[in-house]
Amino acid sequence: MSDASKIPVTVLTGYLGAGKTTLLNRILSEDHGKKYAVIVNEFGEIGIDNDLIVGADEEVFEMNNGCICCTVRGDLVRIISGLMRRKGKFDAIIVETTGLADPAPVAQTFFVDEDVQKNARLDAVVTVADAKWLSDRLKDAPEAKNQIAFADVIVLNKTDLVSPPELAEVEARIRAINPYARLHRTERCQIAISDVLERGAFDLDRILEIEPEFLNAGDDHDHHHDHDHGHDHHHDHAHGLKHYHDEDMQSLSLRSDKPLDPSRFMPWLQNLVQTEGGKILRSKGILSFQDDDDRYVFQGVHMMLEGDHQRKWKPDEARQSRVVFIGRELPEDAIREGFERCIVT
Amino acid sequence: MTSFDQGGEAASIVSVTDKVKPVSLGMAVTAVHYLGDRAAFVGTEESVAVVDGEGEISKVDVTGGGILAAVSDGARLVFGGDDGKVTALDKAGAVSVLVTDPKRRWIDNVALHPDGAIAWSVGKTAFVRQPKGEEKSLEVPSTAGGLAFAPKGLRLAIAHYNGATLWFPNMAGEPEFLGWAGSHHAVTFSPDNKFLVTAMHEPALHGWRLADSRHMRMTGYPSRVKSMSWGSGGRFLATSGADMVILWPFVGKDGPMGKEPAMLAPMKAKVTAVACHPKQDILACGYEDGTVLMVRMQDGAEILVRRNETPPIAAIGWNAAGTWLAFSDESGEAGLLPL
Repeated sequence: MSDASKIPVTVLTGYLGAGKTTLLNRILSEDHGKKYAVIVNEFGEIGIDNDLIVGADEEVFEMNNGCICCTVRGDLVRIISGLMRRKGKFDAIIVETTGLADPAPVAQTFFVDEDVQKNARLDAVVTVADAKWLSDRLKDAPEAKNQIAFADVIVLNKTDLVSPPELAEVEARIRAINPYARLHRTERCQIAISDVLERGAFDLDRILEIEPEFLNAGDDHDHHHDHDHGHDHHHDHAHGLKHYHDEDMQSLSLRSDKPLDPSRFMPWLQNLVQTEGGKILRSKGILSFQDDDDRYVFQGVHMMLEGDHQRKWKPDEARQSRVVFIGRELPEDAIREGFERCIVT
Repeated sequence: MTSFDQGGEAASIVSVTDKVKPVSLGMAVTAVHYLGDRAAFVGTEESVAVVDGEGEISKVDVTGGGILAAVSDGARLVFGGDDGKVTALDKAGAVSVLVTDPKRRWIDNVALHPDGAIAWSVGKTAFVRQPKGEEKSLEVPSTAGGLAFAPKGLRLAIAHYNGATLWFPNMAGEPEFLGWAGSHHAVTFSPDNKFLVTAMHEPALHGWRLADSRHMRMTGYPSRVKSMSWGSGGRFLATSGADMVILWPFVGKDGPMGKEPAMLAPMKAKVTAVACHPKQDILACGYEDGTVLMVRMQDGAEILVRRNETPPIAAIGWNAAGTWLAFSDESGEAGLLPL
């Protein structure tokens, strides 16, 4: 997926009214010298000024491979193959999903469809969140949670409409779900384009390069400074698991300073995503294996995993393994025990 | 076998590479059809390159954007474009716009009926326009992946998610639905009108016997089937998708049910395009590595038409008389082989 000849695709998501179209228009109107093909849902109904704008209808197809959570967006398969006929007319693709869309089938399309995989690579899932209303949406809208869980970049918009404690609260809620996404505070989606596009977040070679905080995820992302709000008890477990009582979505972060045994870790991970893949939305990891000077990087969407040796560990770098799972009702103890059994003692 | 070299074991293979007239089209190509006595190579965008037997090229602009679909009945070529138009190119080189979608949506598929009727689809809606100009439409449950007219009567098959719909545009009755889980793309009727076959999103074909809607699973492909061609008389269906040509038998009332397909011309590259000779039991096939072969169906004897190590073969086709073969790779390096 790191092939430079593939067209990068940015998926823009976010709950209704969060500011997706504002961000999209910002990207398109900026003087960046690039041409984007834009795939939108409300074709012709919103004022997007772009040559290559295509309407999508969010058709989700189950794959017939017996895997209950493997889905693809049929319209994306069709549209991307159509756009590939006009290769050379644009530099990148932006997919704007509706506020109620599940990002999983979009991401999986880039993993499972052979033609899409040949021609395009998923760059990042960018989620626009409304600082004022996100906390409410996380309580009542599973789509909003999925969008936060899936994000590589979160644009926390309308920060001017909330007080500093409210902002800290919403950021803590986001971090409890997704500790490794880049989070940017914005007003009216004012953000540098380079913070949103060409992130390479789905590119194994770049996972750490663009997310330097990944190895620290779960430790120092607790922006929840004063939390005497009474009803939201915020737990911070010893190993990085944080969740709210009213929150079914959680992240589980695992770490080891000792190397892992690949002959134990790989089958364990495969088996875990096979059995719990429906609950695991995203997974990412950087691994230090025994007798291996290369860092191993993997990431996954539900049951689909991809991983590879990335580069040599640098001499001054701590050889630390770190794995993050984001999902619902994760069997925390079993996952932690399984991971610990893979550590070489 | 990885490549055809001069000498060695491959020397036993008959070659006609020196009889091929190379043609540089100068544009990316997706399909080849015939307009009368000339080959028409369809580009990815805007243009069609019409080439005569001498290799003389004349380029015609047929759309303002990408060409998403192209079909031909030998007299005209009809295109679906991402400019929301269905356009036609006739033998004289005249371009006409047949349909303009009011919302400028993509025309994903087109089909032609021998009596001149055309069909096209936009998202979930399939349209049929008869020669007198009467236009009818049908909405199917999800985006149409493929369209095909039946060889008999004015009946249209529309492939979509979880099956295919058979529609008589001139009849008041409900369209017939043939279900099978999964996403169905290209669709084709057997020439005897007894079977319907779709190419699926997953690496498989699915077929139905039209008399009783019995299912035919045609699986085992390593990758998606993108090219299908009926052998002379409709006795075989040749397909791409594997590192050899897969030939399903359609003789008898059961078609391929319970039968193994024949497998011809194995290579260490995937077949990307197949074209059966219109009259004889010969097929031509192109591979991902740019190789083109002619294969005799009875015994699998191969003749080398084009050497490998070029971009994948994107288009291959015989003229109606079966007297010449035209092909092109994805980059537009094409060839003509008179027989």
